[in-house]
Amino acid sequence: MSSESIALNPGDESTRPIGDRLHDWVTTVDHKKLGIMYILYALVFLVIGGIEASIMRIQLIVPHNHFVSPQVFNQMFTMHGTTMIFFVAMPIMFGFGNYLVPLMIGARDMAFPRLNAWSFWLAAFGGLLLYFSFIGGDGLYGAGSAPDVGWFAYAPLTARVFSVGHSTDFWTLGLLVSGIGSIGTAANIVATILCLRCPGMTLGKMPLLAWMNLVMAALVLLAISPLTAAQIMLSLDRYLGAHFFDTQAGGSAVIWMHFFWIFGHPEVYVLVIPAFAFASEIIPVFSRKPIFGYPVMVAATVTIGFVSFTVWAHHMFTVGMNSYANSFFTISTMIVGVPTGIKIFNWIGTMWGGKIQLKTPMLFCIGFLFQFLIAGLTGIMLAVAPFDWQLGNSYFVVAHFHYVIVGAILFALFGAFYYWFPKMSGRMYNETLGKWHFWLFLIGFHLTFDFMHIPGLLGMPRRIYTYEPGRGWDTWNLIITIGVLFQAAGILVFVGNLLWSRLRGPACTTDPWDAWTLEWSTSSPPPEYNFATIPVVRSRRPLWDIKHPEDPDWKYE
Amino acid sequence: MSSTSLASSSIESEWVLPSRGRVGMFCLIAAESAIFTIFVVAYIYYIGKSLAGPMPKDVLELPIFATICLLSSSLTIHFAVGALRNGKSGIFGIWWFVTIALGAIFLVETGREWYHLIFEKGLTINTNLFGTTYFSLVGLHAFHVTVGLIGLAIGMVLALLGKVRQEHSERADVFSLYWHFVDVVWIVVFTVVYIIGR
Amino acid sequence: MRRRVHNRALVQGIGSKVSGIGGLIAGFLLAASLCFGGPANPSPPNMFRPASTPADAIFHISIFVLIISGVIFAVVFWLLVYVLVKFRRSAGDDGREPPQVYGSNQVELAWTVLPILVVFVLFLATARVIHSIEDARKPPEAVEVIAIGHQFWWEFRYPSLGVVTANELHVPVSDPAHPTPTFIRLLSADTDHSFWVPRLAGKTDLIPNRTNNTWIDPHEVGIYVGQCAQYCGTQHAKMLLRVYVEPPDQFKRWVQEESKPAQVSDAFSEGRRIFESMACINCHAISGTVADGRFGPDLTHLMSRETIASGAASNTPENLRLWIHDPDAIKPGSLMPAMKLTDQDLDALTAYLETLR
Repeated sequence: MSSESIALNPGDESTRPIGDRLHDWVTTVDHKKLGIMYILYALVFLVIGGIEASIMRIQLIVPHNHFVSPQVFNQMFTMHGTTMIFFVAMPIMFGFGNYLVPLMIGARDMAFPRLNAWSFWLAAFGGLLLYFSFIGGDGLYGAGSAPDVGWFAYAPLTARVFSVGHSTDFWTLGLLVSGIGSIGTAANIVATILCLRCPGMTLGKMPLLAWMNLVMAALVLLAISPLTAAQIMLSLDRYLGAHFFDTQAGGSAVIWMHFFWIFGHPEVYVLVIPAFAFASEIIPVFSRKPIFGYPVMVAATVTIGFVSFTVWAHHMFTVGMNSYANSFFTISTMIVGVPTGIKIFNWIGTMWGGKIQLKTPMLFCIGFLFQFLIAGLTGIMLAVAPFDWQLGNSYFVVAHFHYVIVGAILFALFGAFYYWFPKMSGRMYNETLGKWHFWLFLIGFHLTFDFMHIPGLLGMPRRIYTYEPGRGWDTWNLIITIGVLFQAAGILVFVGNLLWSRLRGPACTTDPWDAWTLEWSTSSPPPEYNFATIPVVRSRRPLWDIKHPEDPDWKYE
Repeated sequence: MSSTSLASSSIESEWVLPSRGRVGMFCLIAAESAIFTIFVVAYIYYIGKSLAGPMPKDVLELPIFATICLLSSSLTIHFAVGALRNGKSGIFGIWWFVTIALGAIFLVETGREWYHLIFEKGLTINTNLFGTTYFSLVGLHAFHVTVGLIGLAIGMVLALLGKVRQEHSERADVFSLYWHFVDVVWIVVFTVVYIIGR
Repeated sequence: MRRRVHNRALVQGIGSKVSGIGGLIAGFLLAASLCFGGPANPSPPNMFRPASTPADAIFHISIFVLIISGVIFAVVFWLLVYVLVKFRRSAGDDGREPPQVYGSNQVELAWTVLPILVVFVLFLATARVIHSIEDARKPPEAVEVIAIGHQFWWEFRYPSLGVVTANELHVPVSDPAHPTPTFIRLLSADTDHSFWVPRLAGKTDLIPNRTNNTWIDPHEVGIYVGQCAQYCGTQHAKMLLRVYVEPPDQFKRWVQEESKPAQVSDAFSEGRRIFESMACINCHAISGTVADGRFGPDLTHLMSRETIASGAASNTPENLRLWIHDPDAIKPGSLMPAMKLTDQDLDALTAYLETLR
């Protein structure tokens, strides 16, 4: 089938004038180009967010340090969290979804290509608006410019009286704008998956990545809107004198928390479910077996989608809800852990009896498995409300969620980068550099985030620009900061590998991994129209059927 | 690729998937419902919690006429789409226009109610919790009505230019989903604000 | 009774460049003090050395969860290691695909049911602890405290004992045979805060326009530290907490001293005159004088406290003078304004404040 598609060799592009090529990218509605733009945008902000984290870690390397002022530190943790969630993790997942979903379901583009472009530029603008705050805003008591209210911006700290100036408004409006873009992309993904699948691809024959993007997009539609609503309310409070969160007028600070976390908890599933998707595509290929238990994987993911809306107040165990409410959210949080956790067994089941190849994408997925296990277990610990009464708002929580976001999600993302980079660029990355990236980043990750649990257990709260010596936290903070160096080195190797391979890597074939889903049936990179003829499929692994006509999947499904 | 699937032609000929416009509109409606839900929850949470100022039972009157207009406009847009599906562009134009008129009346009535509340009863968004939640919820709905009216107006212009034909009935139907959504939201808002909240 | 405890909090901008070795030594010293910390030194806030009933209950359920999690981790970890070792593609592989197994209903059922059972057991154990802590009845002998969170200090009122103080909470030790717990009502004057002293109880938030409750039932005399655990603004990091758990007679004496109005003495009348004619009285109260401001801490018995600025500095005359003159040197971003006084006035004022025992 590769002979049917007309490949664009990587070399062709360099003959066109640069102005033309830029214009192409800026005005494109092609899902592949938009996907790559989302990914590159996210990578830039990953580096910026990493610098913000490094500044915090240097300040915390010893107690009573004076590397930055408290005002700057408070801006750093606010911007770091906001950037990483909204301008790194979400765009990068939308980027991969945009790129891969149409290819994997045998479509030519997303359902609404112009909406796709509009959503991207809106989301991108939101990030620029947020960062403009460094120049344009004023914070707590006129202290500094970027927002410094924390990424969840609890009321009434965000009220005009406590947050003088416009820094909070940059937070609100930047996220509001990019949130609208997210809703656009989510609607696009749902419509694409439901309406543009190629003939024969029933929902039960879609790749798991498509299923998981479907659930993710549905979550975005329902979860981003509460945040949008809350931000509208906050802006009404700040500018029209409304009293939604005005405790002096009888308003409630707790209701902001409810609204925020009704968004905030499903949001973390929005981030992790695509990571599951990457693992579910990569692990089978590098184990040479189909995913173990496809129907249960689908059912578990859909279940997670629903149950994720019932757990939000486990972020609020300490606000003084009554014992029945706290018990309810304990059990619901533990319940959502079940479909999440058994996936690990499905991935192990996939590897069982296979022939595992430890190439870079698989190394990162293995890291993902180990780390997601630990992250899930610390999550269960935090679900136990009384334990959370000690650990909540401490560095234990910070360690837990970084374990999920960096240890699980970012590792799976790195796996996805290496796995699909050949498809997107037409060149193969350097395997040795890939392994260097993996080991450097693994060491740094564990130095930082394993040991970060300990100060939390020993009473260190989060969001503090300095801490008292003599509380048992000093050594651990030192080790945590050292880990940052290794992670930074790993990222440098990664970026270097991407750049070098894109420019000078060896050309690769349509199917370098001997994989089984439709994106590997067209050229690397795919032509603008994706497929010369729309494929017709009969099973979950169409390319397996072609490569093994004597033993096709559709006989067993 | 096609050589492997023996039943390819029958799969292809029977392969019918939902229309993307419809699915897209349902997605939009789902997201908008979530936004409205939060505003409704805030409204319900703050019932009876205002520290002072005009209370709902002191100042609110049931907007029966406006409600009848808005709910009937759902019926009229339904007739419009039906007419267009049968190829009757003229009838479509008439019903479409009536829909706009009814929607516009609703907005005017809302404006009059707000004038009364603000200038005669002294209730604004910053008076108390009731004022905050009332104006924001009803205002959010009115904003959605306005957006709908703009869409309807664009449709009207196109219809007057003779550009709306039978093959566009699916698009008109998808648009009408939005309008029906706006009406359903009004039923909820009406119940919560004027019945439960008073 | 006032004790000078060497508080290692900074006064001026001393950039401490503790080397890695120094950190390790400190770590070892800490480990030692964890075992041997006596009543003269505040003990580190280690939740695994509970000293009060709610902290005990949390400690026990935490160990239970940790054990369950540890077992799950061990099983799955070794399973993963086994799979990676056993099913790695060997060097002399023939390139054929392994058997393509799509799933197994029995296996998947088993590994779904087992976690559900674990969840069920864990939930039951947890619900008991939640109930025992949150729904505890207040006995009549309980000490009642109202804690009001401010940016960036703690106000403590004992309504039935007539005591108002700040930042350092004194409570009687509770004998298990005859418990005298302290029940604390939590309010906030401005934004969200959280009361967290790990050895005594889990944290509970202080939220404006909302009343929360917590209680401690300390059974060991000592000084317990904690700090605000909900980001409340620029100086959230230095909104520190100290709880002094004292033998009953010592607590009674403290209450007696604290409920008296300020001592009047002619010798420091110049300082008092400065205090009462400047903006000080807008924010601070000294009972028995015209000063009755509520925005800042009550200073009636300022010298009975070991720290100032909510734990940011030890309560010495030099620190006090510096705090009045340039609060940003101790706690940049706190709401105490720099009082623009001449050196002479500053000395007099400090001397006056030093008499407020």
